[in-house]
Amino acid sequence: MISLNVNQKNYRVDADPNMPLLWVIRDIIGLTGTKYGCGVAQCGACTVHLNDEAVRSCVTKVSRAEGQKIVTIEGLSKENDHPAQIAWNEENVPQCGYCHSGQIMSAAVLLRENPNPTDEDIDAAMAGNICRCGTYLRIRKAIHLAAELQRKGSASK
Amino acid sequence: MSTSNISRRNFLRTTGISGAALCLGFMFSSSTEDADVINTGAADPSEIELNAWIKIDASGKVTLVDHRAEMGQGSYQSVPQILAEELEVNLKDVNIIFAQGNKEKYGNQITGGSSTIRGSYKNLLKLGATARVMLTAAAAAKWKVPVTECYAEAGHIIHRPSSKRFHYGELVNDAAKLEAPKDIVLKPKSAYKLIRQPLHRQDTPLKTNGVAGFGLDKKLPGMLYATVERNPRLRGKVKSYDDSAALKVPGVKKVFKVQMGVFKTFREGVAIVADSTWAAMQGKKALKVDWDDTGFDHVNTADIYISLEEKLKVEEGLILKKQGDPETAISIAAKKLDIIYQTPYQSHSAMEPVNCVAHYQGDKVEIWGPIQAPEWVQEYIAGQLGWAKENVIVNMTFLGGGFGRKAFMDYPHEATMISKEMGAPVQVVWTREDDATQGPYRPGFSYRCQGAIENGNITALKFRMAGQNNDHWRDGPSNKANRSTSEGFLKPYYDSIKNISFAEVVFETPIPTMWWRSVYASTNGFAYESFLDEMAHAAGKDPLDLRRQYLTDQRSQKLIDKMEEVSGWKNKRNNEGYGTAITECFSSTVGQVVKVSKNADGRLKIDHVWAVMDCGWYVNPDIVKAQVEGAILMGLGAATIHEITFKDGLVEQRNFYDYKMPRITDMPPIDVFIMENDEDAGGVGEPGLPAFAPALTNAIFDLTGKRIRKLPFDLTKV
Repeated sequence: MISLNVNQKNYRVDADPNMPLLWVIRDIIGLTGTKYGCGVAQCGACTVHLNDEAVRSCVTKVSRAEGQKIVTIEGLSKENDHPAQIAWNEENVPQCGYCHSGQIMSAAVLLRENPNPTDEDIDAAMAGNICRCGTYLRIRKAIHLAAELQRKGSASK
Repeated sequence: MSTSNISRRNFLRTTGISGAALCLGFMFSSSTEDADVINTGAADPSEIELNAWIKIDASGKVTLVDHRAEMGQGSYQSVPQILAEELEVNLKDVNIIFAQGNKEKYGNQITGGSSTIRGSYKNLLKLGATARVMLTAAAAAKWKVPVTECYAEAGHIIHRPSSKRFHYGELVNDAAKLEAPKDIVLKPKSAYKLIRQPLHRQDTPLKTNGVAGFGLDKKLPGMLYATVERNPRLRGKVKSYDDSAALKVPGVKKVFKVQMGVFKTFREGVAIVADSTWAAMQGKKALKVDWDDTGFDHVNTADIYISLEEKLKVEEGLILKKQGDPETAISIAAKKLDIIYQTPYQSHSAMEPVNCVAHYQGDKVEIWGPIQAPEWVQEYIAGQLGWAKENVIVNMTFLGGGFGRKAFMDYPHEATMISKEMGAPVQVVWTREDDATQGPYRPGFSYRCQGAIENGNITALKFRMAGQNNDHWRDGPSNKANRSTSEGFLKPYYDSIKNISFAEVVFETPIPTMWWRSVYASTNGFAYESFLDEMAHAAGKDPLDLRRQYLTDQRSQKLIDKMEEVSGWKNKRNNEGYGTAITECFSSTVGQVVKVSKNADGRLKIDHVWAVMDCGWYVNPDIVKAQVEGAILMGLGAATIHEITFKDGLVEQRNFYDYKMPRITDMPPIDVFIMENDEDAGGVGEPGLPAFAPALTNAIFDLTGKRIRKLPFDLTKV
């Protein structure tokens, strides 16, 4: 049995220690917001936070995550109100939507590390996330808006 | 009984849904363009089968049905946005559900050809308006006031003089007893409150918190997971397999041979069923299969294009369209061009790999998946099982992209057969590698374009397209030219250029092919619009002026004016290249202007893309713009980044490391403009794609003098 902490909840799962975290989260824990896109860390659809860092869960063995803090898209905010989520809605970013769990999880780390990212910063941080629908212009716009919302939010606190 | 007889009849009765409900549907005739609205609650199902797009229950809850797949293009927003306009409800108050596959209820559900809105908007408007009129009549009768004193607003009928109001739920019982009125007056465009507004999509919140259910997210109690090792050469049979190692993988339950229908042929594979996706994937890796692909050529990409070019040299092909005498005009012309263009095979590569859940239950099967054509799947699987259609229930989930691939019936059929064998619900997951290596693909083409110029004017165009015809592959060889040989080419040219012909040079391979976003226009557009650019230069004309000269209809002229205005075409500076292309696709026309320049290090960069979309009547301008933006990026990838190639019958690309996708760093700035006019609705999801590649390569020619005639090409090496 492997102990995991996902979205501040503790789980004990019976899984092959080599099973990627992605499949444990999806098939065993049953949180399906984290997506399978490529299985080889090429597309970013499976991005989750492991100890606050963005990782590709499709290539992260579950044994590596044992006892660590894992956050998935379902746990990013309670009310779909992380600044990135608000901005994604405001800018009508998603089309098919399949990649956007991963996009938002990548953006959330960028926004924490760099509260005022330039286009170049955004491109560098988001280049690992593929969107086949081509929503990149809106992703960029949404991250700028999220940064603004975040600054306003922290100013009002 | 003829359809017209049925449709003249109206039917009344209260339905059983939720006690009281108003259910309205269409009576479909052979054309779904203009169906009669009837009160479906009243229908005798033995006489006619009906459907409901709008359901209102006694509590006032409104449910609107999206009868098409939502794969990013926005049907989940656009269909309800139309219904809600005439129904007078707020979109935030309605519940949106996907229809199941059912041709009798919903007519054509195949989400392809950018047809959702253009194929159904008139009916949807009528449906919303009919419900509103019935609810208004019911309120007027209750109040005993003239109906003209009543109006609908935000889910209520209001009596203007007294300000009394009913919510729809209070009226639904009475309204359901009324006949559906025949002569419905639709709102003028100027009265629209929702249509033409850039409303936020109702599915966006579900797509930012992980809630949206895609095919791969479907879970059923006791569900097993399967992968399938399929013939890597795309066709043929399993000779033998060794499952000893696969069965040792913890979690693997069973390994067996499975057949999947691929239209009129079958492909064999070996299924590995397990208790998790990961175990099924490990089992697949451990499996050894010996394949029999006798009779199928081991194709090589290089050979394909050599054959295409040789055929184009000697074959006239099957004529699709011919006016005048292009051969003679070309033979006598003072100036003539004769050029070959080449476009690659492509994979759809939706972010959500192909997958499907099937639950076979002896006398029925229920299917859930990212499915573009639910009624086709229903019919096909019922046919394969020898069952009545009603015993095959097909549910559409959200699709993580489709682009044509998910209009195939192979994967739901395969899932059904695996579930049957297991006696349990099974989710079949295609790995990314399966998705990339198994097709079907957009076919590759070569084009031979010939043209004649006299005194600076085009006197003839002769186009030949060589490559696989999706329909030939589906239905067997045919002696008729591919209907889509001229797709992408603007019809007004036929009025201004006397001699034009289009022909298809038939070519077959064992490679399965299928529609890929914008279908033939995606490749035709590159050839024909590159060629017109070459003709313009040969004739000593500005390429945009050349279009203006030959596209003389008012609609095209306005489009060209807009393109010129927004792009600053006439204000080109030194060291800038401008290119243009205008293509037609699924009843919409898109003109694009691309501006390129070189960085200080000499590398080419795309400075800007201006796209002008003329799609006639439209619903949501923000969705239109988003679709054009996305189509341009998909066109950019297919033109400059990825292609599918074959070696000894095997696909050479496996995953995103060798079938590379455009990334955020590749995205050029794009501005999209929508033409305002009173024309009928055209397509939106696909038409933005075809013009991009030729506009780009035409811009590169303008800047560098280098003509690119083969896609894809490497932008970094220009």
